[in-house]
Amino acid sequence: MLLIYCPHCLESREEEEFSYGGEAHIARPLDPENLSDEQWGDYLFFRKNPRGIHHEMWYHATGCRRYFNVTRNTLTYEILESYLVGTEPQITEVGV
Amino acid sequence: MKRYSGFSLFANALSYHEKWQKVWRKPIPKKEYDVIVVGGGGHGLATAYYLAKVHGITNVAVIEKGYLGGGNTARNTTIIRSNYLWDEAAQLYELSLKLWEGLSQELNYNVMFSQRGVLNLGHTLQDMRDIERRVNANRLNGIDGEVVSPKRIKEIAPLINTSPNSRYPILGASWQPRGGTARHDAVAWGYARGADALGVDMIQQTEVTGIRRKNGAVIGVDTTQGFIGARKVACVTAGNSGVVAAMAGLRLPVESRPLQALVSEPVKPCLDTVVMSNAVHGYVSQSDKGDLVIGAGVDSYNGYGQRGSFHVIEHTVQAICELFPAFSRVQMNRQWGGVVDTCPDACPIISKTSVEGLYFNCGWGTGGFKATPGSGFVFADTVANDRPHPLAKAFTVDRFNSGALIDEHGAAGVAH
Repeated sequence: MLLIYCPHCLESREEEEFSYGGEAHIARPLDPENLSDEQWGDYLFFRKNPRGIHHEMWYHATGCRRYFNVTRNTLTYEILESYLVGTEPQITEVGV
Repeated sequence: MKRYSGFSLFANALSYHEKWQKVWRKPIPKKEYDVIVVGGGGHGLATAYYLAKVHGITNVAVIEKGYLGGGNTARNTTIIRSNYLWDEAAQLYELSLKLWEGLSQELNYNVMFSQRGVLNLGHTLQDMRDIERRVNANRLNGIDGEVVSPKRIKEIAPLINTSPNSRYPILGASWQPRGGTARHDAVAWGYARGADALGVDMIQQTEVTGIRRKNGAVIGVDTTQGFIGARKVACVTAGNSGVVAAMAGLRLPVESRPLQALVSEPVKPCLDTVVMSNAVHGYVSQSDKGDLVIGAGVDSYNGYGQRGSFHVIEHTVQAICELFPAFSRVQMNRQWGGVVDTCPDACPIISKTSVEGLYFNCGWGTGGFKATPGSGFVFADTVANDRPHPLAKAFTVDRFNSGALIDEHGAAGVAH
């Protein structure tokens, strides 16, 4: 069970209150009609899926109902930080 | 390889079973192989076996970072069925089921394949519509299946609660009598023994740390035992596929998540079939040892820890107790998680890549065990001939760019 800190509610809550939103920082293409099949497929389906540091979106479904980002280690499950959408993560490598 | 038989059992009894031949050798890696299979799970070992057996490519090594069959092969709930909706998937899983039917004889190794039938329950009107559609599609593909009533379900599995007053009443089910279970470890061991006898090297406790390329083609792999050359590298690394793909600078449309299962204390025989339910999300069978084998879901988020969230198990056990009120008294013995690589369309990737001589067989997600023989068979063919096997054509990684997805979320709906 993860304890996730919601930067909107300013408290740590159990993971069942949240739903997972997948990899963060994937910008929706501004001109989808001009993308090649490769670029569009890449945007839709291909993910980093790292074994280690992962920046991901979470949705506080039974709380404030807002999205935010989390930096989590997918191997140890340690949550390193929560930060607002639109801001950059402080932690980008293991041990930093 | 000395064949197992009633006679060999008798003969070895005379020497107190101390002189059985080793099941496979412990070779020192050669400098170079024709094919290196990365990953010594069921699918990887099956690939190596069919490469040697069907295609005569015996200069093959299987490189495994742990021990053979020690990953998801040892962590699944052993369910086998082929009742998938779409033609492409149905044919692939049906090929696998047909191979299962002769596998113990083929390998001269008892994989304990038991065709005890699989029930997929429906709890809502829409469930039943989907079930009827899927059963009809299966029958058109020559796959056995029928839609059964609650009365018939009660006959097949007497302990099940078919009361119309339950919270999610059972309205019917699909029934595939040829489905069933097999002994998961035996499959890995049987394929490893068969492949070893044909000359394939099993290299255990050796982790692949890099994939070396030259001019866009594979030349070998870096391992914890040093560099090993190879003309072709076939990756069958399930949950770690994304990590291995990154070694060759590739990305895959898979996400790795732990899938959990649990077993109870052994009890007397009480369930001689497999019962699965998408809607309440649980599935259960009873092993030959007597323990109830229960499968839970995948975590909703990515993770490489082989455990998983507790509330996922809680949810599944609630569902099982609803279906089988008698099981509420049974105590659970063990729980574990395996890291599965889930694909956006719940179908596998069996594919060449943009790197020459590098192949991937991954994305089996929550239901790869049943496909072990078929997966190995078509992947070996794909690797040997450097083009997709006719049944694997639809499963190339290109489909995520072309949009020709094969949506099997219905048939694979319950993570299993």
